[in-house]
Amino acid sequence: MMQRVLELNRITKRFGGLTANEDVTLHLNQGEILALLGENGAGKTTLMNILFGHYTADAGEVLVSGKVLPPGMPRAAIAAGVGMVHQHFTLAANLSVLENIIIGSEPLWRPDSRSAAARAEILGIARTFGLPVNPDARVGDLSVGERQRVEIVKALYRKARILILDEPTAVLARPEAEQLFATLRGMTAGGLSILFISHKLHEVMAASDRVVVLRGGKVVAERRTASTSPADLAELMVGRQVVRPRRTAHATGKPVLQARGLTVTDGGKRGLDAADFTVCEGEILGIVGVSGNGQASLGRVLSGLARPQSGTLTLRGRDITRLSPRDLIRLGIGRVPEDRHAEGVVGDLPVWENAVLERLRTPRLSRFGFVRRAEARACAARLIDRFDIRGAGPETRTRLLSGGNMQKLILGRNLAAQPGFLLANQPTRGLDEGAIAAVHAELLAARAGGAAILLISEDLEEAAGLSDRIQAIVKGRLSQPVPADRADARTLGLMMAGVWEVRDAV
Amino acid sequence: MRFERRADVSVPALLVAPFAAILVSLALCAGLIVAAGVSPLTAYAEMLRGAYGSRLAVTETFTRATPLILTGLAAAVAFRARLWNIGGEGQLYMGALVTAGLGHSMTGGLPAPLAVALLMVASMAAGAALLAGPALLRLRFGVDEVVTTLLMNFIVILFVGLMVEGPLKDPMAFGWPQSVPVAAGLRLPDLVPRSRLHVGLLVALLAVAVVWVVQMRTVFGAEARAAGLNARAAAFAGVPLGRTLMLVACLSGGLAGLAGSIEVLGPTGYVTTTLSPGFGYAGIVVAMLAALHPVGVVGAAVFVATVFVGADAMSRATGVPSFIADVIMSVSLLAMLTALLFTTYRVRR
Repeated sequence: MMQRVLELNRITKRFGGLTANEDVTLHLNQGEILALLGENGAGKTTLMNILFGHYTADAGEVLVSGKVLPPGMPRAAIAAGVGMVHQHFTLAANLSVLENIIIGSEPLWRPDSRSAAARAEILGIARTFGLPVNPDARVGDLSVGERQRVEIVKALYRKARILILDEPTAVLARPEAEQLFATLRGMTAGGLSILFISHKLHEVMAASDRVVVLRGGKVVAERRTASTSPADLAELMVGRQVVRPRRTAHATGKPVLQARGLTVTDGGKRGLDAADFTVCEGEILGIVGVSGNGQASLGRVLSGLARPQSGTLTLRGRDITRLSPRDLIRLGIGRVPEDRHAEGVVGDLPVWENAVLERLRTPRLSRFGFVRRAEARACAARLIDRFDIRGAGPETRTRLLSGGNMQKLILGRNLAAQPGFLLANQPTRGLDEGAIAAVHAELLAARAGGAAILLISEDLEEAAGLSDRIQAIVKGRLSQPVPADRADARTLGLMMAGVWEVRDAV
Repeated sequence: MRFERRADVSVPALLVAPFAAILVSLALCAGLIVAAGVSPLTAYAEMLRGAYGSRLAVTETFTRATPLILTGLAAAVAFRARLWNIGGEGQLYMGALVTAGLGHSMTGGLPAPLAVALLMVASMAAGAALLAGPALLRLRFGVDEVVTTLLMNFIVILFVGLMVEGPLKDPMAFGWPQSVPVAAGLRLPDLVPRSRLHVGLLVALLAVAVVWVVQMRTVFGAEARAAGLNARAAAFAGVPLGRTLMLVACLSGGLAGLAGSIEVLGPTGYVTTTLSPGFGYAGIVVAMLAALHPVGVVGAAVFVATVFVGADAMSRATGVPSFIADVIMSVSLLAMLTALLFTTYRVRR
């Protein structure tokens, strides 16, 4: 039998009336990759915080290599060889990689810093585990993938033998995620044991040896990855069968939004390069690509936040190239931003104010400059009802909504106005399966209602399932559109690698 | 030990915070009073008596609170929109100067109430213009308005000095550096006979009501709040950030300018370089103690006025230096900031 390096024994944790973890028991074997799978709110992060000592459990114990860990002491966890890589990185952007790694691990009062020895050690770790890092780079200059690598090296530098990763791919593009999992695989060969948290089925299937499924704070199943299937896991995770809705073919109408030669320079960088696309009534046009290839610029232009240097954007023949967000909203353009928290909502305002903020200056919602509060609240209540926004009333602070419900609010306030054109920028990023299915259903309903939708997505499955036509974005340039029925994974992969350009040249 | 963000900020906690802050501040300052050789209980009792012990004391406290309500409101309005207006003092002086300058030469024709209203509006415009500059610099070039508005205070006070020694010098003041007085018919009537308390208090309370309505009920108020809490999301939703910030700047500067106008039209009648014992800066404390809520500003202004008026009397009775008032006010600001931290974060071991 394999050696158990980590055991969680009957852990229970309550927050007031809410039970986050109930009687959770699981273990991690030497040298394996264990996935902890569950929807948002299933209690995964709470469990990891107990394990690492950020929270103390109401009942139960944590054992590392058979020894009980004193509760509530992160230092004890570190000393026992547990390393944690948080979902949101804990690095100082203005310090170098080396400084970030050694900070906190050497006494403050030492007159000399042992940075030379640390540098050698870091380079050694990097070589052994295949984690290339430059100790002298400034963390602020690194990509998210590189920062994550620094976090992992930091844990290893502190002699971690057990690595815990909380949603490690939430911030990564797909190729980066694949690279990460290859690296983790290599690390287990080097004797490390890894536990990662995820709600993404495909990566659990691809990267883990064993899966523990958490639902409603309880362990509902444990499976060997090799002997299970994504459908099986999805059902276990959600508790019912979830099927992402798919597009059914139907005839599309007249062109609604047309871009011709759209070129954008955003912050000194070329964001979009002579992009052409057309979205028609009742059509979803998917834009796929590896993140950082100009999707952000495209989103900013279509939201009215960036002005193109050249090219035109027309809505049913009318030039809208240089209009402000307010003008675009007035013309019936709906916009779902890439980052819900940063751009989608004002978290500290109540739900009703976020529901109407975009349209406050319409006669329905204000008169003589005064907000018609009763009408605005009723409007929000209708949105909550129609778009099934749970856990909230009009007065709830928006920050308290879960990601999925926040997205339903944003989508709802756009769709309620029956937009002729809708920009959906990464509409399901970070959402769990149930919420993804709900968002997809709403997008398809809007499409059936005649809306023209531009879907920007890094999730190929999503793009292929919803789009009528697909274009790839590579370094700010758009490929020719491909009808969805001809867009298999291989074609899309080639398009995202920019191969269409080669073919054009030949 | 670490700080963990609370899921939600409770309204009762926000209501309790200023009282807790004031109590902590009084408790800490009790140490200083003991060091001065006086029992804190005696000192605080004398302070209360000094501020509320007689009809005159009460009117004096509210006279003192009047400009504080307006400068507190000015700071609260700006801070809500994340415009860090530290220039309330300068804006107050500018408003005072305009009222004195125009009010002296304004004669005949206009009925007095209309003339007074015009003077107030002119002073508000002056205060607004003074803050519009730094706000514009921030929008265009990213210049930190904390620095510009703070430095403007010194420039404005020197300018006031120039004016009261020069063009606006009162020839009847036996050489004292004070401005010409406003016409007697334009002075604000007393609210309580034989006291300094004047109708300006009602104007300040009216300003509180107007600001509350603007912030909580109008489209502009909703947009300004959104812009203050999350500028990116507000811009995405179509709020014109630049225009909103400029309007907030005009409102904030205008309120501080109004405070200056009322000081001249009410208790003093003319401008000197010592017109304000730091009303503009105290307004910042008032705004924070009020947790930036317009109605809370009234209570906070009365508290600060109580401390200052009471401290003078206490000092005469017990010999504890009246500077203790500055200490109490400063410590209460620090305590309030700490209390606000605890309303949004909890401490975890």
